[in-house]
Amino acid sequence: MSERSGRPASGAPRSRFLLGFLIAALVIAGGLSYLASPNPDGLDSVALHGCTVSETDAGEQLDGTCIAQNATESPTARSPLADYAVGGRDGTTGLAGVIGVLVTALLGVLLFRTLGRAGRAAGGPADPAADRSGTRRSTPRPGER
Amino acid sequence: MSHTGPDPQLIVAMHMSDGLVNAPTAAAFGLFAAVALAVCTTRARADLDERTAPMAGLVTAFVFAVQMINFPILPGASGHLLGGALVAILVGPWVGSLCIAIVLVVQCLLFADGGITALGTNITNMALVGTFTGYAVARALRRLAVRSRRGLIAVAFVAALVNTVVAALAFVLEYAIGGAGGATLGVVATLMVGLHALIGVGEGVITAATVAAVAAVRPDLIHLLRGTRPALPVATGDGAAR
Repeated sequence: MSERSGRPASGAPRSRFLLGFLIAALVIAGGLSYLASPNPDGLDSVALHGCTVSETDAGEQLDGTCIAQNATESPTARSPLADYAVGGRDGTTGLAGVIGVLVTALLGVLLFRTLGRAGRAAGGPADPAADRSGTRRSTPRPGER
Repeated sequence: MSHTGPDPQLIVAMHMSDGLVNAPTAAAFGLFAAVALAVCTTRARADLDERTAPMAGLVTAFVFAVQMINFPILPGASGHLLGGALVAILVGPWVGSLCIAIVLVVQCLLFADGGITALGTNITNMALVGTFTGYAVARALRRLAVRSRRGLIAVAFVAALVNTVVAALAFVLEYAIGGAGGATLGVVATLMVGLHALIGVGEGVITAATVAAVAAVRPDLIHLLRGTRPALPVATGDGAAR
């Protein structure tokens, strides 16, 4: 297996590439997230269309008629990471983001490694380093090889 | 997030909350999403090996990170990456759908972003419709993508733009089937498509930039380019054919 020596004819070693990818995700979630627009996203904007939002002691109040009035609070709204903050504290978006990146990376790597091994055990591609365009189940297009 | 000042994101966060569509509709899309993800899980095995599995895990984390970055599109409105075309180009549609589904489940369970009964609709829109739409566009334009780095970047942009708008249309469909009310279907359709055409430009830029960055260092790890000779110019000088 060429697991560690995954350097192709060109390009950075795979381990360094993957580390770079992880660092990029950590920097984006941990730092750049502070620059994110606080305005509602596309779906939110549509859901809030027709309502005015005002702050009350009980939270946001929606006046008018809009889709968002039907929204119910998430069952996980009391989660320690709810709303991308740690323990509801201000200024912890970056830390919440870093935790999210690590959790999703861990889940992803574990799931995909397990699936890949299951695939090979079930008679998947024998040589992972080989060009596998011919072994995909989809019909190879002319000129694909 | 602060509880001072207007912060409407707290109401429905980034993804669909519970209650925006009625219970039968939510259940139907939950069932659809579960079946579709089971198919993806089966088909993803053939695309996963010791090289691509860690890559797919990090692509998942990268999508989570970039989804946190809401960019302004209009005064008072923002957008964020959905990620369908990005994952489809980098790791293929079967694995890619699972990447986005992981992100959505983690966001829902840990970050209270997107409802639990709404998970089926959110997965349908972003993990399934978005990813497979992005893949279909990228596949259709693959000839252009394999020709040059510039072609690959253009294909990534277009695939991402289309995936955003079509994912938005999937919400319109769900609202048409079982929307809980609050706005007419015409208004919802017009606003969803209009806003997501703008968001799609941002999605296109982010997707194109990310694909370009990967292509610069490891074009061999890009699923869409599989089976091609390393014809793309590579940043390092060591660019001889294998």
